[in-house]
Amino acid sequence: MKNAKKSFYYLLTTLLILTFIAPLAWALYNSVAPNPGTAQTDGFGFANYSTLANYGSGIWTYIGNSLAVSVVAVLAVLIATTTGGYAFARYNFKGKNASFLLVLSVMMVPYAALLIPLIVWMKDINMQNSLIGVGIILALFQLPFGTFMMRNAFSGVPRELEEAAMVDGCGPFRAFWKVAVPAVRPALVSVGLLTFLFAWNDFMVSLYLLSSDKAPLPLAMVNMRQQVMGVIDYGVTTAGVVVLTIPAMILFLSLQKYYVKGFTSGAVKG
Amino acid sequence: MVRKSPSGTEGQGLRERLAPPRRVPNAVKEHEDVRASRGHQGIVKGPSRSEVLGNRLGWTFVSPTLLIIALLFIAPIVLVFVMAATKWTLMGGQQDVNFPENFHKVFADPLLMDSAWFTLKYTFATTFIIMPIALGLAMLVQESRRWNNIIRTAILLPSALGIASSSLLFYALYSPQVGPLNSILAKLGLMEQNASLLGSPNGALWATVFLVVWRFSGYYMLLTMVGLQAIPPDVYEAAKIDGANRFQSFMNITLPLLKPTLAMTWIMSITGSLLAFDQFYVLTKGGPNNSTVTVVQLIYKYAFETKKDLGMAAALSVIVLVALVVINFFMLKSMGVNDEED
Repeated sequence: MKNAKKSFYYLLTTLLILTFIAPLAWALYNSVAPNPGTAQTDGFGFANYSTLANYGSGIWTYIGNSLAVSVVAVLAVLIATTTGGYAFARYNFKGKNASFLLVLSVMMVPYAALLIPLIVWMKDINMQNSLIGVGIILALFQLPFGTFMMRNAFSGVPRELEEAAMVDGCGPFRAFWKVAVPAVRPALVSVGLLTFLFAWNDFMVSLYLLSSDKAPLPLAMVNMRQQVMGVIDYGVTTAGVVVLTIPAMILFLSLQKYYVKGFTSGAVKG
Repeated sequence: MVRKSPSGTEGQGLRERLAPPRRVPNAVKEHEDVRASRGHQGIVKGPSRSEVLGNRLGWTFVSPTLLIIALLFIAPIVLVFVMAATKWTLMGGQQDVNFPENFHKVFADPLLMDSAWFTLKYTFATTFIIMPIALGLAMLVQESRRWNNIIRTAILLPSALGIASSSLLFYALYSPQVGPLNSILAKLGLMEQNASLLGSPNGALWATVFLVVWRFSGYYMLLTMVGLQAIPPDVYEAAKIDGANRFQSFMNITLPLLKPTLAMTWIMSITGSLLAFDQFYVLTKGGPNNSTVTVVQLIYKYAFETKKDLGMAAALSVIVLVALVVINFFMLKSMGVNDEED
């Protein structure tokens, strides 16, 4: 009885692993496998990848665009959520609750609804078709979660640490920068990495706001597929998926510990 | 120690900071100033001064956040309402105010009801499939064991993919030429050989639902697991002593205690699905015959494809925005989720 149960458990879980991994494994395989009608016609090899590398203005342009957008988003999120989280955790200022609600209300508003005015508004503030602009917009959508997390993290840092620094003559900004920020490094890492993943994978915001020469990789991949409508090059498509996925997956796996912790602290508080 | 003004901490000279006072009387005075500047309720100093300083520093620290929100959140929200009341074309830019013309045009479009209905159907399908799966998976692998950790990671892996890239992946998987799913379904007799799964309205819907379930199950599993682990084990022990079987303790302990977590994940899934865009843009482009156009995709169509009319797109954005805020409000109320503030 017990044995039957155990083998059922292993059977079920193995099936589950296969279901979730198989599509990814298939993409990897298909990108190098012989595949009539694509660049990789005979034998295994990297022909799909070299087609991909030479697509449009060259794949490095698109990877560069993706990186630019992601780095801007991460920087903006880290600056805003550490300072903001610190303000909410440490200071009592007039309008604090209203400001905090305002940050959380970003979550309530569908971002699809913001993109139409942003097409016009970005032009008005001279940021049309700008990777930096898209990066900051992506940062906006990460603000609620990030601020919430940083606020909790700073609340967990004993006030005495900064007070001691200030007794030693630090100003409040130095105490913040030299004492409080280093103390919340795990939270910083997880907010930063989650933002990076979010920005790296963004499709919709760049579709609305960027022209095809400024396209980050996901948008470039979708554009590429559409340009060859009729004869869709699945080999190159899967190669693109692999290129898009590998950095994200490495980050995702390496930060697993952090975001599980992040979710946990959120859940306990919420 | 000479302080020039009550707000002296901010303008504190570099030399003073580099050479902090060590003598006892000075240190005490410094400490008082520090307390005041930290915005503590004045223990030594009067409350009014510390409040002023706390206010100023609080606002300074929160200003980067508020700047982003003002520029990229409040300004566009105001603008979307203005645009919705204005004739505003993609190429021609702003023209006259024509309220409520844009709304008339949106409501006159038969695609609006079709897309709203389709979006609801899709939301219903994904949420009712993902949530039980996520709960089941979470219960299956919540204990920290070596094998469980491997399974967890495997199930979580798809969450690393963007929706657009996972849609591209499934686009290839579903293709009649290279995709294995097509021939598997054909062998099972669920569809004709070489027919495109994405070519029929129903096929396209369920193909998309399958992709989304694959992509999101792990994510919701993780959230559910966190909720499960917050339930103290002694509650289960007590129930066991009272003679409850597994099913009974699931119904009477797990479900009720997991309610806040479940409510949160349901709301996230419902909201996310109501705003679906990437997966349909990549997989079906709204086809076949506009059978898979979601509401958000309709905004895109108005703006860039069929109408090239930003005014109409803004009007629909306003409708979506208001509808979602109302839906969220009622979901939060009915599911009894407390405000996120502690």
